[in-house]
Amino acid sequence: MNIYVCIKQVPDTETKIKLSGDSAVDMAGVKWIMSPYDEFAVEEALRLKEKNAGSTVTVLSAGAPRVVEAIRTALAMGADNGIHVELPETADNNMAARALAGALKKEAKVDVVFTGKEAIDDGAAQTSQLIAEYAGYPCVTVVLNVEYGAGSVKCKREIEGGAFEIVEAPMPVVIAAQKGLNEPRYASLPNIMKAKKKEVKVLKAADVGVSDADQKIRLKGFQLPAPKQAGKKIAGDAATQAKELVRLLHEEAKVV
Amino acid sequence: MAKVFVVAEHRDGRLKKSTFELLGASSAAGNETHAILLGEGVADLAKELGQYGAQKVHLVQNAALKFYTAEAYAKAVTELAKAGAADVVLASHTPTGRDFMPRVAARLNAGLASDCISLAFDGAKIKVRRPVYAGKATAEVEFVGAGPQVATIRANALGVPKPDASKSAEVINENVDLSGLVTKVIEVVKGNSARPDVTEASIVVSGGRAMKSAENFKILEEMADVLGAAVGASRAAVDAGYRPHRDQVGQTGKVVSPSLYIACGISGAIQHLAGMRTSKVIVAINTDPEAPIFQLADYGVVGDLFQVVPVLAQELKKVREH
Repeated sequence: MNIYVCIKQVPDTETKIKLSGDSAVDMAGVKWIMSPYDEFAVEEALRLKEKNAGSTVTVLSAGAPRVVEAIRTALAMGADNGIHVELPETADNNMAARALAGALKKEAKVDVVFTGKEAIDDGAAQTSQLIAEYAGYPCVTVVLNVEYGAGSVKCKREIEGGAFEIVEAPMPVVIAAQKGLNEPRYASLPNIMKAKKKEVKVLKAADVGVSDADQKIRLKGFQLPAPKQAGKKIAGDAATQAKELVRLLHEEAKVV
Repeated sequence: MAKVFVVAEHRDGRLKKSTFELLGASSAAGNETHAILLGEGVADLAKELGQYGAQKVHLVQNAALKFYTAEAYAKAVTELAKAGAADVVLASHTPTGRDFMPRVAARLNAGLASDCISLAFDGAKIKVRRPVYAGKATAEVEFVGAGPQVATIRANALGVPKPDASKSAEVINENVDLSGLVTKVIEVVKGNSARPDVTEASIVVSGGRAMKSAENFKILEEMADVLGAAVGASRAAVDAGYRPHRDQVGQTGKVVSPSLYIACGISGAIQHLAGMRTSKVIVAINTDPEAPIFQLADYGVVGDLFQVVPVLAQELKKVREH
């Protein structure tokens, strides 16, 4: 099978966000990681490959040169090769999806494309669906389990309030992974060494038919959350505290 | 004035209150407000859409819409928005809205501002802000180029308006060709929880590692049920197996914005604070007076949650019954 994974490199969740003016986030000193949901996507791709002899797993990422580090992480987990589509740092989800779909369309055959259900930087949860739209594939999001049939998949997807749907879709298909799909493996030291020798093909935006016109949104006017005024500390024993809290919530905040 | 199309969301025969938020915001700003209502046997819901501000309801009833699928919704919404020359297409950033709206945006060749926390109208355009890095910062979304503006808005961000029983919408029965869809919903497995989802609830009661066990969450569930609240959890509590991941609030879970957030035994890691800081009123109950959660709390209780919460639940019950 020809298995693909689209990943995004994002700032580590510990990152404290600083702004440079109001036009951008200051990325100096940020530790970059593969977006956590993408790890489930990579793992699922590797497990599918292990069940189907002769399969390959190709990892794609679009963005600045640094995103190759995230591709190398996926290669160290066991993916076979990578594709980096160069995009400007300010590229939006739409441009990234156009680029990744464009790169997929250049491949001889695509069976499955795995992604994370959202990236933890912008949390937009739209690139998976956009890739599918532009590649002409169906897409199933927030997936917790996949059963692979002949030419189709059956996915268990999380909806809301603990409910699930079982959705069937034909291949090629984009599957956006939710936490719980699997337990991602760690890269072993020998595999990290091997990953350095694996091929990462570099494509320019123009190679995959992407132009500036594919940028549909731009972020501006960045603000940090306003510092909160010191709240009220409620003193006394547990019963006094509970009573006073309810009084404040009822009479002052008027939320209960 | 803009021509605004709001995609109505419903489950089990009831409209979501987040849909009313969108209709209310659009009509209050004096826009020509349309609702798109999709399903099978859902015509009765049109009346309520009118009372919350829809002037026209575009109703599509079709067996292919018996169960929600992103594919069918994307096709129907795109066609209706195109036919109606929509300036703006809105849906709530719920599990459903976030699933199908990117596909609508792609088909309209438009940009999508997702998970917006504010919405204003300026002529035929919208002004929206959205969080980035799970709320560690926010930014205004600028739409580049022409074409409709598509946005999903976070539930509870705008507030639910009061319905006006004297208002009604014109209902237009629409036909959309929904043949040739390739994704199929085979089964919907209902959740066993009667509580709302953390992203949609007006009140969220959350527990952290200090809950010490899954069983101990029972005291939070009891308090939540007094309030009609959802039960959330910190990542530490989820990783310890006390709650399922779908209840996790934070950067690698769900981002919530309720009117009241009660954090019990949560110290307040940066990733958790990012996920709940836009809550309107925050209560923290924690034994450690230095816990970072207190920096965000409007009301802080330094104390043992196992002593405070049961009394709190009783007192809340009295207020609710009053």
